[in-house]
Amino acid sequence: MAEKQLSNSADVIVIGAGIVGAMCAYFSIKAGLRTLVIDRSTVASGTTGAGEGNIMVSDKSPGPELELALISRDLWFEVGNDVGDSFELVAKGGIAIARHDPSSLFNFAQSQRDAGVDCRVINRSELYEREPFINRTIEHAVYYPQDGQCQPMLAAANILRHARTAGAQLIPHSDVVRIEQMRSSTGSLLKVKTTTGDFVAPHVINASGTWAGEIAERAGSSLPIMPRKGFILVTAPLPPKIFHKVYDSDYVDNVASSDADLQTSTVVEGTKSGTILIGASRQRVGYNKNMDVSVIKKLAKQATSLYPFLSETQLLRVYNGFRPYSPDHLPVIGEDFNVPGLYHCAGHEGAGIGLSAASGKLIAQLITGSAPLVDPKPFSPHRFQMSLAK
Amino acid sequence: MKTFQFQNRSIPFNEGDSVGAALLRAGIKSLRTSRINGEPRAMMCGIGQCFDCVVTIDGKPLQRACITPAREGANVGIDESSRS
Repeated sequence: MAEKQLSNSADVIVIGAGIVGAMCAYFSIKAGLRTLVIDRSTVASGTTGAGEGNIMVSDKSPGPELELALISRDLWFEVGNDVGDSFELVAKGGIAIARHDPSSLFNFAQSQRDAGVDCRVINRSELYEREPFINRTIEHAVYYPQDGQCQPMLAAANILRHARTAGAQLIPHSDVVRIEQMRSSTGSLLKVKTTTGDFVAPHVINASGTWAGEIAERAGSSLPIMPRKGFILVTAPLPPKIFHKVYDSDYVDNVASSDADLQTSTVVEGTKSGTILIGASRQRVGYNKNMDVSVIKKLAKQATSLYPFLSETQLLRVYNGFRPYSPDHLPVIGEDFNVPGLYHCAGHEGAGIGLSAASGKLIAQLITGSAPLVDPKPFSPHRFQMSLAK
Repeated sequence: MKTFQFQNRSIPFNEGDSVGAALLRAGIKSLRTSRINGEPRAMMCGIGQCFDCVVTIDGKPLQRACITPAREGANVGIDESSRS
């Protein structure tokens, strides 16, 4: 067998082998671009490996992010068909519940329906039919059939494997030291200097998630992405008892909050492997990976009040990770204001798995100059960079 | 020697042995099969982290054989609690 020649030049260099980088590589290859992916660690070693695999439209308010989420959700199933069912992709549907006054939940659902989301209020008997083990004091719920889930590590790995089969290169354990602008006879190029060598391409995609601000700085620009910590509790595998992604509607307010202090809301769901995942907490504490028993207790208590049987269920483990937080809660997708050829695709916070498909496709469209799937303007990094222009 | 029961076998153990250690000494490696593909599962990490060695003890599921001290007369069985 012929040895595959490792090339240090490409049309596109993707920095980051999480789900966003994987989708950027997948759609770049589809667009006919020679693609090279580098990661300072390995596939899905950052935020992608610390999440639940949400592909959600239900938690998004009408606006650019919801528009992107709706397109991305459908794209996920196209990618799933193309790559083959290898990452537990399932349109399980979501159920948002209200414990007391349901008016804000119902109004929110109405505004989403006006924006094209498939959702409806369900009565108690339908709720208990869909979720037989839910706490019977809960009476108000909205059903979102479009919500889905995947196993995000398997998704990133298998989508990248697919891209590699089509010719993409993956170089793990390669940290970016500096990104330099170069001039050549064929136009301007970017040189990505890494711990494993230099790579050159006219286009570089910064898909480094929480660390996207550091990568922007190493290119001589800036991006205000910050880590927002979250814990997830994992139970022992059980026979299926939770059939949808079920969450308390105060979750939506917590996602939209910019508060640095701890917020928790109940999100519970089963997985194909039988475990139940319990979230969700949000706090901005830098890159502090420490366990915090008070957060774990709070999440467990909230989850057992939603599903009483969980109080008899054993936890297997708890993990935490960092969502790439952007100050206005919109992802950053587009070309850098200061460094031509450098594209950012980061800052998706807790929605990165769901939004990754449309984000990756949009970046490939911006690079090739084809018609974008949504208006890219609200996502442009320029909104943070104009005032810092050099 | 003290013993406990595992699938109609008397498994001898020394005071302080874990259930998993006593089973291993008796030549029993696989303690259950996996939920999805039915593959054999055994003690892997041996320190209570991986949950691959779970058994039932006196009917109680999800007991980690590797860190549970063996007890005279206990009835240890295959854990089927994750199956539908």
